[in-house]
Amino acid sequence: MTWVLDNLPRIGELTLAHLALSLPAVIIAFVLSIPLAWGANRVRVLREPVLTGTGLLYAVPSLPLFILLPALIGTSVRDPLNVVIALSIFGLALMVRSAAEALDAVTDDVRTSATAIGFSGVGRFFTVELPLAGPALLAGVRVVCVSSISLVSVSAVLGVSSLGSLFTDGFARNIIGSIVAGILMTVVLALICDLLLVLAGRMLMPWQQPSRRRRPLPARAREVSA
Amino acid sequence: MIEFRQVTKTYPDGTPAVQDFSLIVPSHTTTVLLGSSGCGKTTLLRMVNRMVDPSSGAVLIDDEDVSDAEPVALRRRIGYVMQHSGLLPHRRVIDNIATVPRLNGASRADSRARGYELMEIVGLDASLGTRYPGQLSGGQQQRVGVARGLAADPNILLMDEPFGAVDPLVRVELQRELSRVQADLKKTIIFVTHDIDEALTLGDQIVVLKAGGEVAAAGTPAELVQNQQDDFVSRFLGLDSGRRSLTAATADDGGWLISDAQGRPLGVVDSQPDGVQPGGGQPGGAQFNGAKPDSVRADPVQHP
Repeated sequence: MTWVLDNLPRIGELTLAHLALSLPAVIIAFVLSIPLAWGANRVRVLREPVLTGTGLLYAVPSLPLFILLPALIGTSVRDPLNVVIALSIFGLALMVRSAAEALDAVTDDVRTSATAIGFSGVGRFFTVELPLAGPALLAGVRVVCVSSISLVSVSAVLGVSSLGSLFTDGFARNIIGSIVAGILMTVVLALICDLLLVLAGRMLMPWQQPSRRRRPLPARAREVSA
Repeated sequence: MIEFRQVTKTYPDGTPAVQDFSLIVPSHTTTVLLGSSGCGKTTLLRMVNRMVDPSSGAVLIDDEDVSDAEPVALRRRIGYVMQHSGLLPHRRVIDNIATVPRLNGASRADSRARGYELMEIVGLDASLGTRYPGQLSGGQQQRVGVARGLAADPNILLMDEPFGAVDPLVRVELQRELSRVQADLKKTIIFVTHDIDEALTLGDQIVVLKAGGEVAAAGTPAELVQNQQDDFVSRFLGLDSGRRSLTAATADDGGWLISDAQGRPLGVVDSQPDGVQPGGGQPGGAQFNGAKPDSVRADPVQHP
């Protein structure tokens, strides 16, 4: 505990570094997944190859990918960019199928009716299909977000700073407090981000909240009031 | 006026949906396309706003071929109401109604004002405007659907089984409401249904369709019920099963109880139907107190 209190500034710094690595990856994965999913749904014969293909990216072991990327894109081994790109690839692997299924689940009734009342194709996609796919997209983003935040830790092995560094340092210098803080902070960070996503979802998609119904009183309370 | 000129629709897999169909839909009246599922009635409806393009033949609105019109622009000037309302679940009721004016470029405020106007026309309380469609009953949703169809003040309203998914009581109420609205607004309506009573209630002109969009019969409701040249039409209208062959008998508390051929009671009339002797057994064609006068037209020919 004293270790944690003594090292608060460093923990804070590493938390920010952790976020700076994981959040861009989540955003990139989300933004790229939409056109891919749209295309996969559109060209039916390509759907399974695209979805399975991107899904398989997740099977690439993370450590070799971190090491391979610099060779492929010409960055230095310790460049945070490697981490962001690798995490984006993993995020994409998870997100493309979610997004394809989310967009596919918009009912034909709504699609037909939107067309019938005069939405153009593009207008319909952005103002009808995308928002209606929102809840399912959000579910996908939540998985990607938590997964990315947890995966970032691996980058510490390469010497890119993140909360994982608390873990590697702790091991190297045998400081239990550092190890525990590293694990806890990663979990807490993932939970907070997840919670923020849920709240953002509620704000952006108010239509999916059940109407405020008056719940029937519990049986006992009813007896008393009667 | 809408004209179907020898339209045929064959789907890419070779299934013929409609073959050589011709029809004139006069302006400011309601034409009902009546038929079982798969008879091509929805396909025909969708040809008007180019949701479906005919394989051959043409659909004309006021003598202009719709295939010359840009589909999106065309749809924005034709109202469309469908089963299960087809409302956008993520938009509030008022914004659903205001959708088409918005698409047409009206300001948000103007569109909403128009939306509230329409809510009143279709009998919806303005307080429902801020709800989401999922928070309304089926009947209310259909009213919103009708309001949305009317929002851009189109000359033409296409209605694809709009009341098909609501319970019978609400359905009758919605039909009555539509008749009332139509009496005021006088739109050119094409109404698709498989419900014969609905067709008789709403149609100025009814077209009974067989499979492939073949016209089995066409005419006013009275003409259809009275002249049954076609077995299919008789069956469809329920004439063969005696549903519309009526008998009258003196009712317990005075007046006349009218029943169909199976003895199912339909309603009571106050005055004695012409040519009916006490004791019943004769058909009558008088005015009814019953709820659906259109559906209980007498059929003197069929009854012994």
